[in-house]
Parts: sequence; C-alpha cells; structure tokens
Amino acid sequence: MAKDQNQNYEEFVKGLWRDNPVFVQVLGMCPMLAVTNSAINALTMGLATFFVLVGSSFLVSSLKQFIPKQVRISSFIIIIATFVTVIDYTLLALMPKVHKELGAFIPLIVANCMILGRQEAFASRNTVKLAVMDAMGMASGFMIALFTLGAIREILGDGALFGVKLFGDNFEPWIIMILPPGGFLTLGLILLCFNWFTVRKQQFLEKVAAAERSGA
Amino acid sequence: MNAKDPELLLEHAPLLQQGMSTPQAMRDVIYSLVPVTLAGIWFFGLSALLVLVVSILGAMLTEWVFSSAENKTESLWDASALVTGLLLGLTLPPGLPLWMAFLGGVVAIGFGKIIWGGLGNNLFNPALVGRAFLLATFPIAMTTWNPVSDVDGFFMVHATNLALPFMHVEPDAMTSATPLGLFKFEQEATPIINLFLGNTSGSLGETSGLLLLLGGLYLWWRRDLDWRIPASILLTVVVFSGILGLFDAERFPTPLFSLFSGGLLLGTIYMATDPVTSPITPKGAWIFGCGIGCLVVLIRVWGGLPEGVMYAILLMNAATPLINRYTQPTVFGRGKERS
Repeated sequence: MAKDQNQNYEEFVKGLWRDNPVFVQVLGMCPMLAVTNSAINALTMGLATFFVLVGSSFLVSSLKQFIPKQVRISSFIIIIATFVTVIDYTLLALMPKVHKELGAFIPLIVANCMILGRQEAFASRNTVKLAVMDAMGMASGFMIALFTLGAIREILGDGALFGVKLFGDNFEPWIIMILPPGGFLTLGLILLCFNWFTVRKQQFLEKVAAAERSGA
Repeated sequence: MNAKDPELLLEHAPLLQQGMSTPQAMRDVIYSLVPVTLAGIWFFGLSALLVLVVSILGAMLTEWVFSSAENKTESLWDASALVTGLLLGLTLPPGLPLWMAFLGGVVAIGFGKIIWGGLGNNLFNPALVGRAFLLATFPIAMTTWNPVSDVDGFFMVHATNLALPFMHVEPDAMTSATPLGLFKFEQEATPIINLFLGNTSGSLGETSGLLLLLGGLYLWWRRDLDWRIPASILLTVVVFSGILGLFDAERFPTPLFSLFSGGLLLGTIYMATDPVTSPITPKGAWIFGCGIGCLVVLIRVWGGLPEGVMYAILLMNAATPLINRYTQPTVFGRGKERS
C-alpha cells in the first residue's frame, strides 16, 4: 500500500518540476505565449486546461479497453473536445469578460499537444488512479508555468498584478511585455534559467557522488 | 613552438600574420567616434554625456557578468562592449531616463551578443538590438526629442533623465520633432546646412552628417570597414529618393535631405558595416547595401514611423547568412557548377 501511495505521489510531482510540460517538454506553446499577457488570463487558462486534462485523462484511462488502437487519436480528440466544450460554456456563463479576452484560445485547448500527449503516452496505458494523478500533476505544472509568465508580463507590462496597481501612477509600462515578443522573450529567459539550474544541479550531484566515492 | 625558428610548421593555412586584431579595430572605431560623441555632448549638454556613460556602463557590466571566468578581463579589454554601449548611446534621445539607457546596454549585450555565443556569433548588430528593444518597450520615451541646448542649458540635466527606475517623469522642457518627423507629419523641411552640421534635434549622435562622414573616412583609411556597404546604401537611397522625387517633388524628400536626415549616416557607417553581421563577399556586400537603402526609403516614405534605418539594418542582418550562401565565389577550377 505504501508503495502504491508512493507511486501516486511520484506521478503527481513529476509534472510540477522534473517533467514540467512547459519548462522541460516545451509543449503547449500556443496558449503559453498567446494568453499570458495578464495574470488573470493565464490563471483562467491554466484552470480550464486543468479541468480538461484531468477529465479527459480519467475518461480515456477508463475507456482504454474499448477504444480500438486504429482510431485512438480521434477518440482522444473527441473526448478532449467534449470537456473543452463544457469549460467553454462554463466560462462564458461565469466570467464573460475573461472569456472574451481569451477568445479563440479556449476552443483551441483541443489542439494543445500537451493534453493529447498525456492521453497517448500515459492515460491510455495506466490505471485510472495513476492517470488522474499524472494529469493533475501535469496540469498543475502547466498552470504554474502559465501563471509565472502571466505574472511577470503583467507586472512589467502594466505595473499591476490581477489588475491591482503595484507601483503608483508614474510607472513606465514596458509595452513590449504585453505584446507577443514579450511572451517569447520572457519564456526564453525562463527556459534559460530553468536549464541553467538543471545543469547546475546535475553538476552538483555529480560532484557529491564523486566525493562520496573517493571518501568511501 | 618557437615561432622565430620553427623546425616544422604545424599551423593552419593563414601563415601571413596581419597586425590587425579585434582590440585594434575596436580602438579605431572609438577614435573615429570621438568627434561625433563630442558634438553630441556639445549640442545636447550634460544629459547626453550621462546617457552615453550609463549605456556604456550597462553594456560593459553585462559583458563582465556573463563572460566566463577565464575570459573576463580579455573580453572587456577588447572593447567590443564599450563600442556597443557607445553606439547604442549615440542612437538614444538625450532626454531618455538613465535607467532605460542602462537597460538598453544590458539588452544589447545580453540579447544581442552573449546569448548567441559571444563576439562574432551574433546574427544582429548588438547596439541595434538594444535600441529596437527600447523602442518597442518604451515607445513614448524613445521618441521624445529634446531641442538642441543653448550655452546656458549645457550644464542642465533634463528632469526626465533622472527618473527613478521603472518610473517616468513628465517632460519638463519643450520637446521638438526630428527633421524626419517634421517632414513626415508637418511637411516642413529642415535646411540642409543644419542637417550637415548637426544643429537639429534627434538622437545623440545622428545629427551631424559632417562628423559622421569624417569618422567613416577615417575608418575607410584604416581599412576597418568595407567601403562597398556604405557606398551601396547611400547610392541606393539617393537614386531611389531621386526617382520618387521625379514623380512628386512636394511629397517625397529630396535625395540630399534623405541622406543627411535621421540616423542614416550613423547606421550606414557604424552599424551596417559591423563585420560580424554583414556579408563577407564583395557581391554580397552590394546586395546587402542595396537592400538596406531600399528598405530605408520604403519605411520612411510609406511606413508608420518617420525613421526606418534601424529596422532596415536588422532585417538585412537577418538575410546575411542567406546572402553569404548565394554569393559564394566558385572554387577555382570547378567551373560554373554549384555544389
């Protein structure tokens, strides 16, 4: 039982950092770059993706015995599209303003390769429980990445976070940050830091291992 | 190996050593920029000096922070960061907040050079990358031009210069449009003699055509620049705007005005000729120059902005690898067949 728990935890955590869908796998770039011009948009998109990914992973994993191998991709897409439609109308009813800003990118969650990738690589091969844990981890990782990018871009581009002004009236907005180039630049810099950190960590671990070997 | 009395030569093909090195070339560029820099300070006062110093500081600090430990002093001493910072400073308006000038220097070296792998690997001219970033980020501050200061105003620092980081200050003094802006939006031509001497508002170092040409001549005499690039750019601009002038002399600027207004000379002599980001073949240099000239006139006449030299050069920088590839001379003895 303990081992089982451990595996669940492992599947959840890997999406947050080690296999982060954005920073490591570089998937789902379209929403990543397009809707992260403010923190609220980014967070909404993250939550919508969370719902779609967890829902479709659950369904795909439950139905994996019934889906013929030849038509699995289209079946996955139909399942994903179902959840996207649900979240599309939910957002339209609950947050019409944000829905309008996100525009075409809510329906485009269907085309997010991160979601389809999880179905193909994980949900269709694992138990329901593991699939849901994996989906939750991946979606949370995606949400963290979206929010980081959205927060940085909103703070620099507008001097605000969630619409609350942080720096007073004389703040000089960085116009580029709310435009598409700002998305590319910020994402590139975050990836740079992420890779730098990973390499550093690896070097450190190797050093420790070498020291341990020579010590023993 | 003892180079004076070698028993066996184990070196690569260029056995003839030339005295020219990167620090040497960079020093030449700095010498040739001295008159332009002094003129900028003379025309725009202490503010100009501050902007220049801060943008150089930003560039050199970034270079120092990001170069590898064994390379730190060497990469600073080859003065390429100094040249980048200075060139960037010369393209900025004199009233720019100092923190923006610093940021420009950081971006110029960081995004323009270091991220590509350091000196010699960059695709775009670093100084122009810094300026393009600033223009896209702070469009208002980057297009607020101060008029030429008089003798009393020499020691006056603009209040806008001293804005705190991330903040801005409302422009204190009168602002005035550049000659190109005047021409484009108010159909008002500036006398050529003012453009020639530099007695107009504009970026720090772009106003004085005479001194820029002198600097260019010095560089050409020292063989630090490929004369084909400036020649082809200026020729294209003159011919293109001359042809346009035939259609409607009222609407289109005269060739002489096109030549001496805006950043054309500064960009042509110092940025387009950057040996890293311009084609290496003679034929390629002509194509490169003609492309820049055409783009400059096109952007100035039909674009939304009054000035387009920066974008023209950056666009042609992007085309440089392609130009190099298609203008490769055929290897001797191979005939016309291409690999």
